[in-house]
Amino acid sequence: MKPNDVILRSVTRVAAVIILTFSIYLFMNGHHHPGGGFIGGLSTASAIVLLYLSFGIEKVRENIRTDFKKLAAIGVLIAIGTGTASVLFGKPFLTQTFGHVDLPIFGDTELASALIFDTGVALAVIGTAVNIILSISEDR
Amino acid sequence: MITLYIFIFLPFIFALLVPFLYKHLNRRAHTGWFVLLVPLSIFIYLVRYIPDVASGATFEYTLSWIPTFGINITSYIDGLGLLFGLLITGVGSLVIIYSIFYMSKVREALHNFYIYLLMFMGAMLGLVFSDHLLVLYGFWELTSVSSFLLIAYWYERKGSRQGALKAMMITVFGGFGMLAGFIMLIMMGDTYSIREIIANIDVIQGHALFIPALLCILLGAFTKSAQFPFGIWLPDAMEAPTPVSSYLHSATMVKAGIYLVARMTPVFGGSPVWFWLVAGIGLITLLYGSLTALRQTDLKALLAYSTISQLGLIMSLLGIGSLAVYFGPGESGTVFTVATFAALFHLFNHSTFKGSLFMVVGIIDHETGRRDIRYLGGLMQVMPITFTIALVGGLSMAGLPPFNGFLSKEMFFAAVNDVSQAGIFGLSKIGMLFPIIAWVASIFTFVYCMIFIFKTFGGVYRPEKLTRKVHEAPLGMLISPIILGLLVVFIFFFPNVLGKYILTPALTSILPMMPFTPYDVKISAWHGLNLELLMTFGVIAIGFILFKTAKRWIHIVRSYPQGLMLNHWYNQGVSGTERLSASLTNRYMTGSLRHYLIYIFSFFVLLLLGSLLLFHGIQFDFSNNAAISIYDIGLVIAMIIASLTVLLASNRILAIVALGALGYMVSMFFVIFRAPDLALTQMVVETVTTVLFLLCFYHLPKLKKSIDRIPFKLTNLIISVAMGLTVTLLALAANGHKLFEPITAFFENAYELAGAKNIVNAILVDFRGFDTMLEISVLTIAGLGVYILVHQRSKRREQRETE
Repeated sequence: MKPNDVILRSVTRVAAVIILTFSIYLFMNGHHHPGGGFIGGLSTASAIVLLYLSFGIEKVRENIRTDFKKLAAIGVLIAIGTGTASVLFGKPFLTQTFGHVDLPIFGDTELASALIFDTGVALAVIGTAVNIILSISEDR
Repeated sequence: MITLYIFIFLPFIFALLVPFLYKHLNRRAHTGWFVLLVPLSIFIYLVRYIPDVASGATFEYTLSWIPTFGINITSYIDGLGLLFGLLITGVGSLVIIYSIFYMSKVREALHNFYIYLLMFMGAMLGLVFSDHLLVLYGFWELTSVSSFLLIAYWYERKGSRQGALKAMMITVFGGFGMLAGFIMLIMMGDTYSIREIIANIDVIQGHALFIPALLCILLGAFTKSAQFPFGIWLPDAMEAPTPVSSYLHSATMVKAGIYLVARMTPVFGGSPVWFWLVAGIGLITLLYGSLTALRQTDLKALLAYSTISQLGLIMSLLGIGSLAVYFGPGESGTVFTVATFAALFHLFNHSTFKGSLFMVVGIIDHETGRRDIRYLGGLMQVMPITFTIALVGGLSMAGLPPFNGFLSKEMFFAAVNDVSQAGIFGLSKIGMLFPIIAWVASIFTFVYCMIFIFKTFGGVYRPEKLTRKVHEAPLGMLISPIILGLLVVFIFFFPNVLGKYILTPALTSILPMMPFTPYDVKISAWHGLNLELLMTFGVIAIGFILFKTAKRWIHIVRSYPQGLMLNHWYNQGVSGTERLSASLTNRYMTGSLRHYLIYIFSFFVLLLLGSLLLFHGIQFDFSNNAAISIYDIGLVIAMIIASLTVLLASNRILAIVALGALGYMVSMFFVIFRAPDLALTQMVVETVTTVLFLLCFYHLPKLKKSIDRIPFKLTNLIISVAMGLTVTLLALAANGHKLFEPITAFFENAYELAGAKNIVNAILVDFRGFDTMLEISVLTIAGLGVYILVHQRSKRREQRETE
């Protein structure tokens, strides 16, 4: 008999959105406030794990068709890529830069190349965390 | 002059060509014919030096190798080097001619044989012509290696492999000792050149390293030249093909040690340690070798022990000759110069007769299929030429006229008689032992020579005991021993030709301080009715009686207990060492991780705590410490409780939960100490690890699952308490010793430098982004590792299920 987990699923639908939003907040906020790629990535992973818990691996996999191993690898590649990019500009490896840009909607915004590096960190963390949990849970 | 180098390196260069010659031409002509060109051309080249060297000239050529370190291949041709060079190439040519007929073109891997032989020849030439100590050492080891390869030529036989291994172990052991001695010599003399060291002799003789260097170099010489007690490898090396035994183990390699002792005589001669070791060990080897040779029934083993014995004779003569350095120019000095001359003379003679005898044994082995004297006998009428050669060689070895062995043995007796009268180095007390030992050993030598000749060729011919139909050896095989046999006789009648042109220059290079003109030393077959001649008559008389009555007493020698043999001790030593190291390794390499952790932690504690105590590192300075708040105390107490719970928990769930609690309390500490990023991360990571622990717990095997508290062990308690104490002391002591200003001030400018208000994040992604990059790589690798471990396992399980 299939257990009745209506409440869990309903709560998950809302909670996942909140967690994902919060994790994006943590990620974007990292430059000036507590947060950053690592914790942002981990909380994203926790949202995905919550989805797996309530809807089952098969269903989530149908909807999120991401190979998390590749995601982790892409994250590492992005991180290394930002380092290499600075070499192309004649600077030492992994030199970061930042500047203030006047964007149409956001107004005066600070853009930092460190964010791209942090994106790599976040992707690597998400990929690895979900990958480990998936591997272990599939091991039946 | 470059031609000399071409000739020294010719064997190595030609060795490269041998495989091609073997592959393409062996069917038409035996590869040995091509190889023969090498020693023959070098021999002819070296012969051209004889007149110049005999008139006192020396030649020196330098080829840069590692000039920055002063390492050059310096070749130096003087009398001694030339004598050895002629022996190596001369006997080498004869041995190759012999091997052409001895080694089958069809059955044997001839390319291997000749490559090894050429390698050996080149190494030996390099050895005797080197003036540079390190280059000499290099060639020395190369002779060991190539001799190892040659002994194990028939590698499918167990005896060959064992003999090769033993020879290798012993000679390389001595070689390393010699290298140490050379390095000490280089340190003392501050030069690599042997001649410069000899020139600086005054500096060296008073030096503290003089005796250690002497002992180390002698170790090398004694192991190589099979002196007592290192001679045990030589009889086992008889598993090699007979041309190899004849070349390496009678004429050349075993004389490398003799060469070294002769070369070093100007440096170390005159010291009592040198005299007693060289002369004493030489005499012991002489007696031991001749006595043990009597026990042998195998012809090659008999010759091996006789080689050991004869090498001892030469060595003791060199030892006696070193007294000339002590006395210096003068009448007594000249007396002992003659001993050195005798050593060189016997060295040459031994090469001729021992080479021919080995070849004779090879012929007997080849033609009858037997090498054991218990099966042989009466070969005189079947193999008359071989018998004649054996007679010439054997009687020369026994020291009878009209063969060259007689002359050198007379000179040997003269030398031991002189030394007993020398009256220095304590010789006045036990000097009388020298002639007695020499005389007794000569009797034994006489007896085993008789056994060798007459048990093999005399007596009754018993063809039924032999595996082949016996006939005289082919002419080609006889050429080399005939030439050597003719030399034996020729030298008896015209010894002074050899003495004048070859031996006297060699003598000059051993004893450069003696102001004698060439042609000083004359060898004469008849020098009046003196003590030496009487001794020889005694040897012949007693030896003859002993030989005739051999049946009565030989069993006494043969029943010498196995347990007292040097070989037995060597084997015991080797297996004992193996057992010891095995048991030692098994004792501490238990395979238990707990034990290894105990070692690691104990060493950690011993090293750190020890050095803290030793260097008075435990000094506390609490003046800069912050005030402790009530929250800190509460948290610490809670953490202590949680830790104790982990340790004392009787089931694992409790331990896991307590561990989780500990982790959350750490994150609370981060909150108190204002590290929000750390607190966030710690909380999430702690959650994940706790979940993973629970997963592991859930999958514990049902079998042997015991729900127990950790068993108490005192050692573990002591080590863990000591470990905790060490780390705590170290942390507290380090806290009070901040040597430099921390660099935090720099990171506080994060907004200006990196445009970030969050310093932690700025450090992670900007200032120290490299660490982060590698950390995420580590994370990814860990994730892939888990994936692979899990999937490999399930794949294997699937395979097992389908099977």
